[in-house]
Amino acid sequence: MDYLHDLQVFLPGIIVAAAGLLVLLLDAFKKGMHVTYGFAVGGLAIALLISIQAMFGESGTAFYGMIVYGGTGAFGTFIVLLGALFCVIISRDYLRDVDLHNGEVYAMILFATTGMLGLAVSNDLISFFVSLETMSICLYVLAGLMKTEKTGAEAALKYFLLGAFSTGFLLYGITLIYGATGHTNLNEVAAAAEPTLLFLAGSGLLLVGIFFKIAAVPFHMWTPDVYQGTPTTLTAFMATAAKSATFVAFILILTRMLPGTEAGDWTNVIQVVAILTMIVGNLIALAQDNVKRMLAYSSIAHAGYLMVGLAAGTAAGYSGVLYYLFAYTLMNIGAFGVIAYYERNHGLDFTEIDSYAGLGFKVPVMGVTLSIFLFSLAGIPPLVGFVGKYYVFAAAVQAGLIPLAIIGVLASAASVYYYLRVMVYLYFKESHKEYSMRRPGFVFKSTLVILAVLTVYYGIEPVLPTTGLIELITSYYAV
Amino acid sequence: MELLLNITIYLPLLGVAAFLFIKTDEAVKWTSLIITTATFFLSLPLLFNFDVVNSAVPQYLTEGSPIFSGMDIKYLVGLDGLSLLLFMLTTLFGPIVILASWSSVKKSLIGYYSMLLILQTASLGVFASLDLVVFYVFFELSLIPMYFLIGIWGGSDKIRATIKFFIYTLVGSLIMLVALIYLGYNAGAATGIYEFSADWRFISGPEYTPGLVEQTWLFLAFALAFCIKVPLFPFHTWLPYAHTEAPTAGSVVLAAIMLKLGTYGLVRVCMPVFPNAFMEFAPWMAVLAVIGIIYGALVAMVQKDVKKLVAYSSVSHLGFVVLGIFAFNTIAVQGAIIQMINHGLSTGALFLVVGMIYDRRHTRMISDFGGIAKKMPVYATLFMIATLASIGLPGLNGFVGEFLILNGTFMSVLYDHKVYAILGATGVILAAVYMLWMYQRVMFGPITIKENEKLVDLNAREIGLLIPLVIFMVWIGIRPVDFTQYSEEWVDTFITQTEEKSIAVLQNTNTDELPEWTAKIYDLKEHQTEQKLVVTKD
Repeated sequence: MDYLHDLQVFLPGIIVAAAGLLVLLLDAFKKGMHVTYGFAVGGLAIALLISIQAMFGESGTAFYGMIVYGGTGAFGTFIVLLGALFCVIISRDYLRDVDLHNGEVYAMILFATTGMLGLAVSNDLISFFVSLETMSICLYVLAGLMKTEKTGAEAALKYFLLGAFSTGFLLYGITLIYGATGHTNLNEVAAAAEPTLLFLAGSGLLLVGIFFKIAAVPFHMWTPDVYQGTPTTLTAFMATAAKSATFVAFILILTRMLPGTEAGDWTNVIQVVAILTMIVGNLIALAQDNVKRMLAYSSIAHAGYLMVGLAAGTAAGYSGVLYYLFAYTLMNIGAFGVIAYYERNHGLDFTEIDSYAGLGFKVPVMGVTLSIFLFSLAGIPPLVGFVGKYYVFAAAVQAGLIPLAIIGVLASAASVYYYLRVMVYLYFKESHKEYSMRRPGFVFKSTLVILAVLTVYYGIEPVLPTTGLIELITSYYAV
Repeated sequence: MELLLNITIYLPLLGVAAFLFIKTDEAVKWTSLIITTATFFLSLPLLFNFDVVNSAVPQYLTEGSPIFSGMDIKYLVGLDGLSLLLFMLTTLFGPIVILASWSSVKKSLIGYYSMLLILQTASLGVFASLDLVVFYVFFELSLIPMYFLIGIWGGSDKIRATIKFFIYTLVGSLIMLVALIYLGYNAGAATGIYEFSADWRFISGPEYTPGLVEQTWLFLAFALAFCIKVPLFPFHTWLPYAHTEAPTAGSVVLAAIMLKLGTYGLVRVCMPVFPNAFMEFAPWMAVLAVIGIIYGALVAMVQKDVKKLVAYSSVSHLGFVVLGIFAFNTIAVQGAIIQMINHGLSTGALFLVVGMIYDRRHTRMISDFGGIAKKMPVYATLFMIATLASIGLPGLNGFVGEFLILNGTFMSVLYDHKVYAILGATGVILAAVYMLWMYQRVMFGPITIKENEKLVDLNAREIGLLIPLVIFMVWIGIRPVDFTQYSEEWVDTFITQTEEKSIAVLQNTNTDELPEWTAKIYDLKEHQTEQKLVVTKD
């Protein structure tokens, strides 16, 4: 047992946690917001660089098998940090304009990120649970930031109550699994697993808890209200980083605790939930007039596409899901970022689609980048969203789940309508009144442009002569 | 040459990048014109250096490495006898559509011309790509600019038109995507090296023989996507809306280039890759094509709006192309290929002509015109040539295509019935009725409406952009062999190869293992029916 080595492999998490504490202290001594903000961004950036390095490194387990490092975990760490970093960067202007710009927000984001980083590498049901709660409690606080708004209070309360309820399921599931096998370590549970009622009930409850966190139908009810009531850039944080972390943990549980044995064959359940999630998410999104709610339902639908990859249960499926999470992080943060920009200009209730009429021509950069993100979310080539969808659906077809893939593409065809609808308002309708738009700040604008460029770049990357990202991810699952 | 092909495809995108630094409207227009003209001239060496004798083999190949080990998806572009002329048609229309929008488009020019240029790259990419995944990417990419062209610069009902167009086409292509993925894994297994293969040269070749069950489903999925794009009856309902609401340049590109993506896909993928399904479903497709020919013509006849009339005439004309493709003999497929070019030239010209009168009068209703010929003699002449080319007057291009198609259809073994050719031929007669009647009502007679007195004839720009089209209409009409020569070898080779492949598939098929319905479709298990016959005779 080499403690230094163990600490080193979890270095990103330690850095982010330290940065969180530092931010809290700095804020207490009123050093001025830009220093605080600088530490938050700096901490995340350093952690991100370390995690990129770790993606190419070796893999194994640390802390007596409590966590994994390298491979899936490293890539999960990378996605979470990428999402957190971009969200923090685009948050500053927004939070300042809605009068929420203070140190605690960043500290909370950093602590939540620490939880996510733990979640993405947990190899033990205990570390899984502790990380999940660290993340969730911080997110409950962030959801309620706009405490004077009705929607803000609703979001926080709803998220907290339903979240606590699902935690109950999760914990009960873990208890039953421990009772059935006598272990909490994922590998040891897998080795001791037998298809007894106790074990099946335990893993079923565990899955319910996870389904709640990733907003799968029928455990999705909280999502639209919470997404709508949370400050927009933090919604982006919840929708990307939190979801990615949970999905990576889900993959770890599926591959390490429930590998395709009789006791662990949950493919059918995941398939059914995936179908429900895709259909319900997309259909309800069609009827939304509020852009944030629309994106909330779209994020439910995306969880469905991701589960298509999980249902495939193959190396191609899992690597497809990881790639999709990366793609989803880029395009979703971008979309929420532009919405946040429009909100900053015209107040917090400026998320009704009707008010978007003619906005596309006002500040061309914002209109064009939002269009790119929405087309990418809709899965139109040559954008990264298409590549992600391609990998998960290809994995499903390869695994013989052709009906699932067909339902998936049809659902995503329906989704195109509501993504296009935003662009219809942006470009094809005349605006009702003259809006004056503030110019977006340089950092904010360049962040969105960078995200848009990455969205296009990773859309055409597969045909470029460089080594593809998917190749790296697939290598994690090579035997 | 390989590099030149890539430059030709991506040069228009460079123009879009240049718009980042260009601010004035005039400069935007000139940049687009220069870029598209350059694209056209750069594409000419590709035509002149083309090896006609080996047109069945893709030339000017650029081949990337597979995206990752085991998956044979790669950047693969080249031109062969099938794609060459359509590629050239696309580059020819580049400068023409820019000139056509010169004075009629006034709203956010940078956006407008970027969309036209992106559309140019996407269409060139579809025709040049020989990897099915790359093909799919370009195929889909072409939707985005057209969506905005109709949605932003379109007519009064533009939103409904553009959404209908987008969703309709997308549903087809998404189902094609699933089929494509399945096909890729199926073909990959046949390579023995790869897990997945999307290389058209392999998939269409004799080494890959998909089973009958797979062929049926895959053919239906691919054919659905392409038939929506063509559009074949009954998937045509998006077309009249899109055409009527699109700006002139949008209609021209839609008619001349984008509809061809569908018919091109039928020849490129459906024919050589799924030979048995292709042959077995040919009569069904022919029925739809013939219905389209007659239905399109009849509906065109009663239109009050000139643009809608031309749009419905497209449904009718593309019915001919589909009829020719599924007749599956050298003459008919040759005819179909040349008819794709002809339809592009004549319908493109008709949309341009309609656009010119719309710019002057801001109406397209036939009843708002009459007697225009007196005021606009040059316009009347060019309009007449385009009309006659569209009808299929001997000596102009339309005749060549229709003659070859009907001739081939008449002899087609697959159709096994002369009625397709006979009914198809009525489409030519109906075309003469609706086109000439429309022309007569617009051009001749007394001038009844005051505004028409003030009409001015075409200016140099407008004449200049129609002249190249007229030259090609006459040229193809008089010396079709200058154009058909490019695809001759391709069609011969692939018809033979497809026939051989279908026989090989049947030989590989174990009849007893086939599901009932498949055997029924392909008329297998004949011995059983024969036995029954014997029993009844006893």
